[in-house]
Amino acid sequence: MTAETEGRVYNVGGQDWDEIVAAATETTEERLVVNMGPQHPSTHGVLRLILTLDGETVTELRPVIGYLHTGIEKNMEFRTWTQGVTFCTRMDYLAPLFNETAYCLAVERLLGIEQEIPPRATVLRVLMMELNRISSHMMAIGTFGMELGATTVFLYGLREREKVLDLFELISGLRMNHAYIRPGGVSQDLPNGALERLREFLRVMPPLIGELRALLDANPIYVARTKNVAYLDLAGCMALGVTGPVLRATGLPWDLRKSQPYCGYETYEFDVPTQTSCDAYGRYLIRMDEMEESLKIISQCVDRLAAKRPKDDPVMIHDAKIGWPARLAVGPDGLGNSPAHIAHIMGQSMEALIHHFKLVTEGFRVPPGQVYMPVESPRGELGCHAVSDGGTRPYRVHFRDPSFTNLQAVAAMSEGGMVADVIAAVASLDPVMGGVDR
Amino acid sequence: MTSENTPVTGGARRGQPDPAAEAGEHRLAQQVERTGMFGTGTTGDTSGYGGLQVRRPDQSATPRPYGSYFDEIADRLTEGLERTGTAFPEAVSRVAVERGELTLHVPREHLVAVARLLRDDPSLAFEMCLGVSGVHYPWDAGRELHAVYPLLSITHNRRVRLEVTAPDSDPRVPSLVGVYPTCDWHERETWDFFGLVFDGHPALTRIEMPDDWKGHPQRKDYPLGGIPVEYRGATVPPPEDRRAYS
Amino acid sequence: MGLEEKLPSGILLTTVEKLAGYARKVSVWPATFGLACCAMELMATGGPRHDLARFGMERASNTPRQADLMVVAGRVSQKMAPVLRQIYDQMADPKWVISMGVCASSGGMFNNYAIVQGVDHIVPVDIYLPGCPPRPEMLLDAIVKLHDKIQNMKLGANRVAEIEELEQARLRRLPLAQGTGSHPGAGGGQMAGLGAPAPTLLGRAAAERDRAAAEPHVQVAGIGLSGVGSGMHGTDSGPPQVDATEPGEQL
Repeated sequence: MTAETEGRVYNVGGQDWDEIVAAATETTEERLVVNMGPQHPSTHGVLRLILTLDGETVTELRPVIGYLHTGIEKNMEFRTWTQGVTFCTRMDYLAPLFNETAYCLAVERLLGIEQEIPPRATVLRVLMMELNRISSHMMAIGTFGMELGATTVFLYGLREREKVLDLFELISGLRMNHAYIRPGGVSQDLPNGALERLREFLRVMPPLIGELRALLDANPIYVARTKNVAYLDLAGCMALGVTGPVLRATGLPWDLRKSQPYCGYETYEFDVPTQTSCDAYGRYLIRMDEMEESLKIISQCVDRLAAKRPKDDPVMIHDAKIGWPARLAVGPDGLGNSPAHIAHIMGQSMEALIHHFKLVTEGFRVPPGQVYMPVESPRGELGCHAVSDGGTRPYRVHFRDPSFTNLQAVAAMSEGGMVADVIAAVASLDPVMGGVDR
Repeated sequence: MTSENTPVTGGARRGQPDPAAEAGEHRLAQQVERTGMFGTGTTGDTSGYGGLQVRRPDQSATPRPYGSYFDEIADRLTEGLERTGTAFPEAVSRVAVERGELTLHVPREHLVAVARLLRDDPSLAFEMCLGVSGVHYPWDAGRELHAVYPLLSITHNRRVRLEVTAPDSDPRVPSLVGVYPTCDWHERETWDFFGLVFDGHPALTRIEMPDDWKGHPQRKDYPLGGIPVEYRGATVPPPEDRRAYS
Repeated sequence: MGLEEKLPSGILLTTVEKLAGYARKVSVWPATFGLACCAMELMATGGPRHDLARFGMERASNTPRQADLMVVAGRVSQKMAPVLRQIYDQMADPKWVISMGVCASSGGMFNNYAIVQGVDHIVPVDIYLPGCPPRPEMLLDAIVKLHDKIQNMKLGANRVAEIEELEQARLRRLPLAQGTGSHPGAGGGQMAGLGAPAPTLLGRAAAERDRAAAEPHVQVAGIGLSGVGSGMHGTDSGPPQVDATEPGEQL
């Protein structure tokens, strides 16, 4: 930057307030470059926005990312295929089960065992994913409200999210970052009492979502701050590769669960909510509607899980060379191998012991090739591009994260608008920086 | 009555050498080269019981017919390319159909043309590009860096993948930002992690790593960078130094 | 700084210490440095179920200038490290740091080029809280331990004496693994924020060394693992003081 090209540059370091004030009084330009640094109250993580302001209007906006880059994809190349689940789960940390599903479906497609995944495992995957959709949207709406200044919305959202996290803890053992969905199935079956808890959840949630709607849907302040804010129409979405609620807010009912179903989604009854306003308010309405649709799907899952089970109804693939060997159970010191499994491998079957040993230390081998497996995460299309060289470790795993692509659109949405609308725009995109930076 | 001296082999005649025994002697006298599962090469680690291991991804082309909608894509693409005066085998060096997915291997000179055709032709209509994924194959001399572009057609509900290669000595690929603006950040990321330069990109800078970082981390010749971890008297080596079974 | 600096050690200073400690601990304002997954649990801790407001901590100060406590929640990447240090520098004394989660404490599962292997490489840490992510109850436990530390923080002349004693104790510590010069945990020699009462620390270390030599049995502190996923305590800075004590191993 030189005086000729950019105008006068003032570097503000410290102890120089008088100089700055003197300089500001003599300049005639109104342009101001403001850094909304990586640490700022907008709780969407470590995103840095460099705004060029002309008064209150944003003339230019540049997002800077990479402050949460963890090297997850490279780390996965040094772990077995099953261990990779624990890594990819931590990318988009608000929707960990979607990361796991995308990855596991990609691995299963590489292995060629897509048709052999037990049906109960598939239903459990759908159940957990839809629960995760609800918790992710609750957090999205909660933080959206908080960034607009409505802290009550935040507390409502967190309260609802806690209910979902309780269910996660009951079923998978962890509140977040569960390595529940593994290549071949899921790690453990529903514990006793889970179905009752799920039914109670289904009973309790609709009025709570109604409460949130009553608070926000027709709230004049909320509507004034989100209507016609952060406008991005269909052409913009297509050019920028934006998917998810942002795309559906333009009126296009594109949802991978309907168009390119996976995990048996074609057998569930649900709708794809759309709006036509292309603005932040439309996206909010879509998220609320999607939560209600998720409740429908969860109720169908519960019915299937409660149905009479056939004799042999595992949750992990039968193939002993691939399926995770341990049958987990909750013991006095937490979750671990069930005593029955230990007795089996130590006392009854040498082959089982060998399988257990080889699978845990070495892992299974995946035939070489590459696949791209997309799923519909709460933010859009989450794709896993997995390349195998025939070994026990992934050769290359790349995740096409929806937040990474959606965040490119924030400049198109906010330039020309007000500074306050930038916050609303970013929040309506619902980016999760873990997924953006990976 | 059998004599104890009668040899077991059937072909033996008294006084003549036994061919089977000779063959056995001959085999025992050969130099033994131990490969695969047996013997201690370096570490005494006797894993490797995985059976047949194929270490290189398949490079073969799938013959026609490809199945499902892939043939139609190939046909429309052929027509479109002919209209611009390019032959299909020239613009698409290899077509691979594996695991229900179509991959078009495109030489880098033709990448932009093929992508533009895929986007603009109404019967193809691949409106959305889902980013760039870089892969580094250091052993594939002359084609070390691959860039993979998954494309999505919402109109026809189809998917296709474009794959471009570039050698390490000349790691340049034309940029698709003019065709699919969404590739902007994805190409920056691929440059950041693989050193693959996208010609024509408006601002090819680092996006994930700090701006002054040296090296391209996701290349295979870049170390993982872990440190040994000390815990209660024991030291655990970093992941790249631990025992690997593949 | 103030009155406490000028008071000689004695009953007056200890009373001032108690008052100041109490005042400081009941209204700690966190500058939440929520980075990754742990930030979600941090927000959940501020939520209605596990309530931070009962500790006076719900007013998360968005500006570091007004913050007392920096909760580094999540993995710190190489790009974020200078920002972290800058935020820490902008905070005014007295300030404390909780490194929440294993990624902040030690790099966690990400032992690679991109993640700083423990924020104690950058800022001095008072409480290390393991977990991936730690439950809100665990974070509350760490906060309560920090409150303990704040309450017992010495001022003025007492503090100078305490720093001296702690330094001597650290210098006498043996490393855990052979061949290493330093011990893991708090960055070498940084005493900022250490508030454990000095005589007790020295005495305790000496007593436990003797005890460990005499009775080589494993002493497991109460890690309340009732059911799934609960109960890991936040640990004080330095090598773990709960869990197994083996002969020859120093605390």
